[in-house]
Amino acid sequence: MTGPPLTPSQTVGPFFAICLPWPDGPQVVPEGSPGAIVITGRVLDGAGEPVPDALIETWQAGPDGTFAHPDDPRTVTRAAGHADAAFRGFGRCPTGADGEYRIVTLRPAPLPCGDGRTQAPHLDVSVFARGLLDRVVTRIYFPDEEEANAADPILLSLSERSRRATLIAAPGTAGEFRFDIRLQGEGETVFFDV
Amino acid sequence: MSTDEPATGEGAVTLRPYQRPRGVHPPADFAPYKSSALRAPSQPLVLLPHRLTEITGPLLGEERVKPADADLTTQHAGEPQGERIIVTGRLLDGDGRPVRRSLVEIWQTNAAGRYLHPVDQHPAPLDPNFTGVGRCITDDEGRYRFVTIKPGSYPWRNHPNAWRPAHIHFSVFGRSFTQRLITQMYFPGDPLQPLDPVFNSVPDTRARQRLVARFDIGLTEPQWALGYSWDIVLRGRDATPFEPDGDDR
Ligand SMILES: [Fe+2]
Repeated sequence: MTGPPLTPSQTVGPFFAICLPWPDGPQVVPEGSPGAIVITGRVLDGAGEPVPDALIETWQAGPDGTFAHPDDPRTVTRAAGHADAAFRGFGRCPTGADGEYRIVTLRPAPLPCGDGRTQAPHLDVSVFARGLLDRVVTRIYFPDEEEANAADPILLSLSERSRRATLIAAPGTAGEFRFDIRLQGEGETVFFDV
Repeated sequence: MSTDEPATGEGAVTLRPYQRPRGVHPPADFAPYKSSALRAPSQPLVLLPHRLTEITGPLLGEERVKPADADLTTQHAGEPQGERIIVTGRLLDGDGRPVRRSLVEIWQTNAAGRYLHPVDQHPAPLDPNFTGVGRCITDDEGRYRFVTIKPGSYPWRNHPNAWRPAHIHFSVFGRSFTQRLITQMYFPGDPLQPLDPVFNSVPDTRARQRLVARFDIGLTEPQWALGYSWDIVLRGRDATPFEPDGDDR
């Protein structure tokens, strides 16, 4: 490594709410947008207690499989001005007193892995909280994408079915999904080395 | 499933992954930091190869910031109490390249060591002229600059007579999901640092010292404010364009 040495992470602490939440943070798209879905869930600690001071951040492709980002190597090959060009792709929501968060967004499309395989539709998720010295990272997959999930390289890499299940949201009423995040212990969510 | 496949066909996309920092960040569970006991994951992390979702990330820019947001001393009718300081530095990646036009968010206590947050019960005065929240966008050289008040130390309940060293919380994005970082900047010569479990959670001594800003008389404005310099370095690109797959190991 020849570049400058990296800056270490430190906990977000208990007081980030004076700065990090934005009024429109949880709305990746405005409420009621065509095709909008709602993902809600609770963040729970190792004792099963809600974590009321966590920050959830989501990042995802749009419904057409593109990212609002120039480093997507496919961007140049696509026609300019596609329907979701303005899709922000980023959501941010602090948890409430009951540990609940809520994100309004659009369903992402499947994505190429780069080697001919395909990733099932997913959101990358960061969780920051007091007690977490570095963020933890997980993914949200969709329960009604059985076929795509069955071929997803990341889900396939998880040998235990019970562990895999922690990454798949639960279906709710139309357009709603539930994704609880268990930081530790029974039913602990799969977290990634990113 | 409805997706339009990339025009390159067959999903053939060359992805350049990022470095995986080893030994830089704190471990998930660090016993001296009591809050980690019930919150740190206990299962081993699963390797996530850097693919499209990871090599891209939110690019949040000018639309999130007003120029006045970078001066925390002029956000109210009057001037805040305390020692006026300038905190500036560059946001870089591990290849030494500036991260341009990128959002930097900070929050901190007032000079007395109190946050403007209902959960903060430290019996130190609030300052009606200080919110303790700043934002700015890095310039074309990756530079950020804030004018603020030197934050105070504050007690917490981690262990008997526990006090946090003075610090400013920083949140930065870089340009990819992998580069996202939230951290804290400390001040040189603070005797509380060696006693602080959050500071000490960084395993490598030299890495820990990289959280401490440098006093810089050259940045100090005469008759006005002391200057501190602090660069933030996010991981760079990996030297090789491909990395082994987690699922193939
Ligand atoms: Fe703090």
